Amino acid sequence: MTRTLFDRVWEAHVVRELADDVALLYVDLHLVHEVTSPQAFAGLKREKRSVRRPELTLATVDHNVPTGDRSLPIADAIAARQVDALSTNAREFGIELFDLRSPDQGIVHVIGPELGATQPGMLIVCGDSHTSTHGAFGAFALGIGTSEVEHVLATQCIVLNKPRNLEARISGCLEPGVGAKDLILALIGKIGTAGAAGHVVEYTGAAVRALSMEERMTVCNMSIEAGARAGMIAPDEVTFAYLEGRPRAPQGAAWTAAVERWQTFRSDPDARYDAQVQLDASQLGPQVTWGTTPGMVADITARVPDPAQLPAESDRQAAARALEYMGLVPGTPLEGIPIDRVFLGSCTNARIEDLRAAASVVRGRHVAARVRAMVVPGSQRVKAQAEREGLDRVFREAGFEWRNAGCSMCLGMNADVLGAGERCAATSNRNFEGRQGRGGRTHLMSPAMAAAAAIEGRLVDVRGW
Amino acid sequence: MCADGDAMTPFVRHRGKAAALPRRDVDTDQIIPKQFLKGVERTGFGEGLFFDWRADPNFELNRPEARGATILVTGPNFGCGSSREHAVWALAQSGFRAIIAPSFADIFLANCYRNGVLPVQLSPLDVDTLIQRAAGGSYEIAVDLEQCVVSDDHGFSARFTADPYGRELLLKGLDEIGRTLLEEPSIAAYERSRA
Repeated sequence: MTRTLFDRVWEAHVVRELADDVALLYVDLHLVHEVTSPQAFAGLKREKRSVRRPELTLATVDHNVPTGDRSLPIADAIAARQVDALSTNAREFGIELFDLRSPDQGIVHVIGPELGATQPGMLIVCGDSHTSTHGAFGAFALGIGTSEVEHVLATQCIVLNKPRNLEARISGCLEPGVGAKDLILALIGKIGTAGAAGHVVEYTGAAVRALSMEERMTVCNMSIEAGARAGMIAPDEVTFAYLEGRPRAPQGAAWTAAVERWQTFRSDPDARYDAQVQLDASQLGPQVTWGTTPGMVADITARVPDPAQLPAESDRQAAARALEYMGLVPGTPLEGIPIDRVFLGSCTNARIEDLRAAASVVRGRHVAARVRAMVVPGSQRVKAQAEREGLDRVFREAGFEWRNAGCSMCLGMNADVLGAGERCAATSNRNFEGRQGRGGRTHLMSPAMAAAAAIEGRLVDVRGW
Repeated sequence: MCADGDAMTPFVRHRGKAAALPRRDVDTDQIIPKQFLKGVERTGFGEGLFFDWRADPNFELNRPEARGATILVTGPNFGCGSSREHAVWALAQSGFRAIIAPSFADIFLANCYRNGVLPVQLSPLDVDTLIQRAAGGSYEIAVDLEQCVVSDDHGFSARFTADPYGRELLLKGLDEIGRTLLEEPSIAAYERSRA
């Protein structure tokens, strides 16, 4: 019987089949952060349970941490309590923690890969939906709730129904000015926010093979926005080249053995998927969301759609509601919509390549007069690398704020939030109502597009630059 | 496993007032906005339920006919977005025992099963029927997880398919961790096989 990449990773982790398509699976890497873990640790303490494999567990603070001056105490007392709780729990249970003083601190989905902790063929979980990011390495990586976090801490295992498998075959070649973010936004627009529900998506095809490791992470990161349980890309030379020499990657003879094993994590040429979707990358322009779900997206050359023209009544209602929230009128060209804020950051697009792409757009230019723009590197390592390359200077001279690492305005749990009615060009992953601040209006796009929007003070087609 | 720290309340059957929320793609950011995620306990989330939407007097759940509801009837892809289990805690702590929708997001489903909240998937047509009836007010629905049937006093009856593992967790109010810890020999054997 032929098998897919996902089948192979799944089978390699089955501790015991509990029923048809329900299995107890072994977790190789458990990532933990301050917001979804305190109740899990409290549960362990209450039941007098221990963490089974603390050495397979890594913790960092990212969701609610301030991105300003790190020498000051956290001003938000409640946020500080969560950060302190993680610190206490990590110490008590023997878990390694990258805290605010650590040069390795950052967004959990940025630091796992950059430290080489994320590896092909692994089962990775974290109490965060964007854990799908790690699937870019050919890992089966999924977001879980706090009860499951507690379960994994106590048992190093998770009980799952085996999801179905969807192949997203992306053919063709992305045009200049069009990138991984555009590709995944277009795919979500095509299949919808629940288009991959119950499925693990495997991204295949020439356009996917041509992506760098960081671009693959952007694609897999947003799998959850199509409802997928996880996204995966088979590991190849690009994957191995990225991992080689990273602090947590195997070294020497262990490296050679690991690569040999990792190469077996792929789909058979005639493997069968439960569903398939195709997309031609060469047909895509830069994508921008106009509504309040990532599926409400269009090419920058398009106009704000007219809800009345949509086929289904539920789509009409949802689109009308979204446009009212977004303060947009049907028929308005997307290009030219004025913006107030720019957010370059998040686990989707705050890696070094993202910052380089944005910096190349802003170099020698200045942020538009009314616009407040900020860059929040995905990790302190990314920040340090960018500073070595002088990118911080490029951004600062252009009028961007240059911050410390964290989730920041992607979800606005810290002080970085939009005001009511403020319109933001964002490189993050969710344009939900109030996501970046109550009443805030988010347009999702690539780093290059967000950078261009910052300079012009309105949404623009970066291909014209 | 649950709000009060004891074994989870089992879900076998429930009859209660239904409230309609005819919206699709209701994400967990709406169910419990970020400002309520900073707690370190499992309690106190009820007041945050749909906090931003509740500020609108016309919000469906602000209507008098929704008061005291224990069953929420809503649109497809309910609970999408963030994995925050706080969303289910907020629903449960506001009195909701069951949610009926054409479809749910996967992580939200997993969180429901572990908190004594039953997610019921019915056809869009059946959900529309229930939404219309609930919008009239004083409308009760009965949900039976043992029989996997949803019914009302006006002749509506529909069977639903429940995820077998989730159903078992709910029916027995199981401590999932305690149960998995009984698998210790299998877990240890797996670890040896990989060493």
